[in-house]
Amino acid sequence: MRNTKVVSLEEAIRRSGLQDGMTISFHHHFRGGDKVVNLVVAKLAEMGFKDLHLAASSLSDVHAPLIGHIKAGVITRISTSGLRGELAEEISHGLMEHPVVFRSHGGRGSAIASGELHIDVAFLGASSCDPLGNASGCPRSDSAKSICGSLGYALPDARYADHVVVLTDDLVDYPNVPKSISACDVESVVVVDSVGDSSKISSGAIRDSKNPRDILLAQQAARVIINSGYFKDGFSIQTGTGGASLAAVKYIRESMLERGIKASFALGGITAHMVKLHEEGLIGRLVDVQSFDKVAAESLAHDQFHQEVSAVEYASADHSGSAVHALDIVILSALEVDTDFNVNVLVGSDGIIRGAIGGHPDTAEDSALSIIVVPLLRGRIPCVVPKVTTLVTPGAGVDVVVTEYGIAVNPRRPEIAERLATAGLKILDIKELSDKARSIIGKPDPLPSGEKVVGIVMDRHGRVLDEIHEVK
Amino acid sequence: MMFVPGNNPGMMADAHIYGPDSIMLDLEDSVTMAEKDAARLLVYHALKSIDYGDTEMVVRINPLSTPYGRKDVEAVVKAGVDVIRMPKTETAGEVRELEAEILKVEQEIGAVGRTQIMAAIESALGIVNAYEIAKASDRMMGIALGAEDYSANLKTQRTPGGAELLLARETIVVAARAAGIACFDTVYSNLDDMETFRKEVELIKTLGFDGKSIINPRQIEVVNEVFAPSQKDIEKALRIIAAIKEAQQRGSGVISVNGKMVDRPVVIRAERTIALAVASGIIAKEDVL
Repeated sequence: MRNTKVVSLEEAIRRSGLQDGMTISFHHHFRGGDKVVNLVVAKLAEMGFKDLHLAASSLSDVHAPLIGHIKAGVITRISTSGLRGELAEEISHGLMEHPVVFRSHGGRGSAIASGELHIDVAFLGASSCDPLGNASGCPRSDSAKSICGSLGYALPDARYADHVVVLTDDLVDYPNVPKSISACDVESVVVVDSVGDSSKISSGAIRDSKNPRDILLAQQAARVIINSGYFKDGFSIQTGTGGASLAAVKYIRESMLERGIKASFALGGITAHMVKLHEEGLIGRLVDVQSFDKVAAESLAHDQFHQEVSAVEYASADHSGSAVHALDIVILSALEVDTDFNVNVLVGSDGIIRGAIGGHPDTAEDSALSIIVVPLLRGRIPCVVPKVTTLVTPGAGVDVVVTEYGIAVNPRRPEIAERLATAGLKILDIKELSDKARSIIGKPDPLPSGEKVVGIVMDRHGRVLDEIHEVK
Repeated sequence: MMFVPGNNPGMMADAHIYGPDSIMLDLEDSVTMAEKDAARLLVYHALKSIDYGDTEMVVRINPLSTPYGRKDVEAVVKAGVDVIRMPKTETAGEVRELEAEILKVEQEIGAVGRTQIMAAIESALGIVNAYEIAKASDRMMGIALGAEDYSANLKTQRTPGGAELLLARETIVVAARAAGIACFDTVYSNLDDMETFRKEVELIKTLGFDGKSIINPRQIEVVNEVFAPSQKDIEKALRIIAAIKEAQQRGSGVISVNGKMVDRPVVIRAERTIALAVASGIIAKEDVL
């Protein structure tokens, strides 16, 4: 076999035709264990590139080395779903000249597909890849070093980027099937020591939260779901990975068993909890854009009814075939919810960016029932507030807010409020929750914000939703 | 009754959301010597500023024999606490000493008689004097067992079956009933063993206790489940209560249900059943009144 695709990273970059000012992209399936972004950007810096636009599906704590590359002018623009850690803090304080552009997962998929976000060169990490470029997040040999499961967020990049470089730590024989990324989309394959530390995706073990507040929130969320009118045979569901979300799955499972109800599919980030319900026969299909732990990644590798979807297939607003349009129930978290049911999952109450949009606005808007589970107070930070620090998910798509002090239902959904009240749940006006938080904590001082815009939040339809200002 | 350390503002702020019947903010064993003053200040402000709703608020003070006890009394009475829990009570004299201390502060703020007392019995001497302690003051609302100190004092240790506590538990129930006040069992601290905890709650319910002390919201569900009366008992009790109301409206002292006259003990049991059903969250308070 002629084997011209497998080259060094430097050679791959040279072949890509990358030039100063162009856009490079990455996925975040290795989450906190990702090694690809830092490795590639260091190489680009070494090769003398400047003024690059880094378009990642998300960035996290491990990407702090980017600070140096931003200061050196290697990276001058960033697009991402989220930012955390030191990099987020520096950017919040005005590190970059150009504001960071934040998009939801569905919004990013749409923007790449429409050409609004044009990617010149995609650098995509994979746990296995053959010499032609058929790549997967699943291990395929005894020498495999990593596993990330679904490559859903990388698929739009693979399909639409001008040039695709796959980085892998396990080069396997052709054909690497089933594949996630097709060899026909790939120009170069680079073998590296490690694309990611799989143990930092998540530990993989199912641990039930013992935090009493999480348990209380989970019980309330489960009661909302069970009495919402949407809890019937064939329903579909998506949950997050927070303690309360995962604990809610446990209570929903009990009710499913009790009433003999089965779900048609679970969507989104898939966890060990969902895999367990699937294997018990309680959930028919797992539709996986991101495997949140090792159990989920392994299930994807072996179970034909656990299938990968791309970010576009998952949550695009522009594609009528995307899965969120078929989604009944979603449980979401929040940093803040305001009295208009608007949600912020991106910026802390101190003005520092500390989160990710993820699929929040996509699923909230398109699902039949969206439930935000949020503690009223985190320490001395109020989470139900008169106005969110940054608008990420417009209140029009948010149906129910569950806190440990009570449940509020969006006035746009009176039928849900009525069903919950009939079931004996105490429904409060969301202003009562906000007042309660304020009565305990007091009125916070206004943020010491500057004029400079450090971030722009795009909605999932490609319009500017909000601006994030620097914190002095 | 849920124990909450008096030096943990996070736990104090939202302890009531889990629905315990009463919350005991602790100034004694869970607070180190160095933090006694800070904790007292915290507890004072928690009682003053947090809306605990219907939850009964108890504060466990330091013994009056320590340098902190009197300051604790002054702070919590001024903050309007419902009940002061006196630790390591051994004699009726100690209760009267606390009573005098409370009265002094209440007179100062013009709220005489507002504060109740619960005595924790935690030694062999306390058990021997249980009845005297229970009727030492009109302010006495209950007595409670503190099993860790008690079993150490007996020169034994706690076992899952609780054989070492049997006499103390029975003595406390009998003393409380004789004095016409409430009685509460000790804490169970292994949060990972809910099965043994459930057995212990079943045991103390059988012995006659009114409630259990707990250290974590996760234990509330078990206590409520064990203490919850059956639907049949509740319905029967509701019928009796309705008959009482009807008799009152008629101005009659004779209460009858289904043609049968109802004795006083039956009425008392019915009232207790309803109180338990409300406390366990099975029926709403409004449904009874």
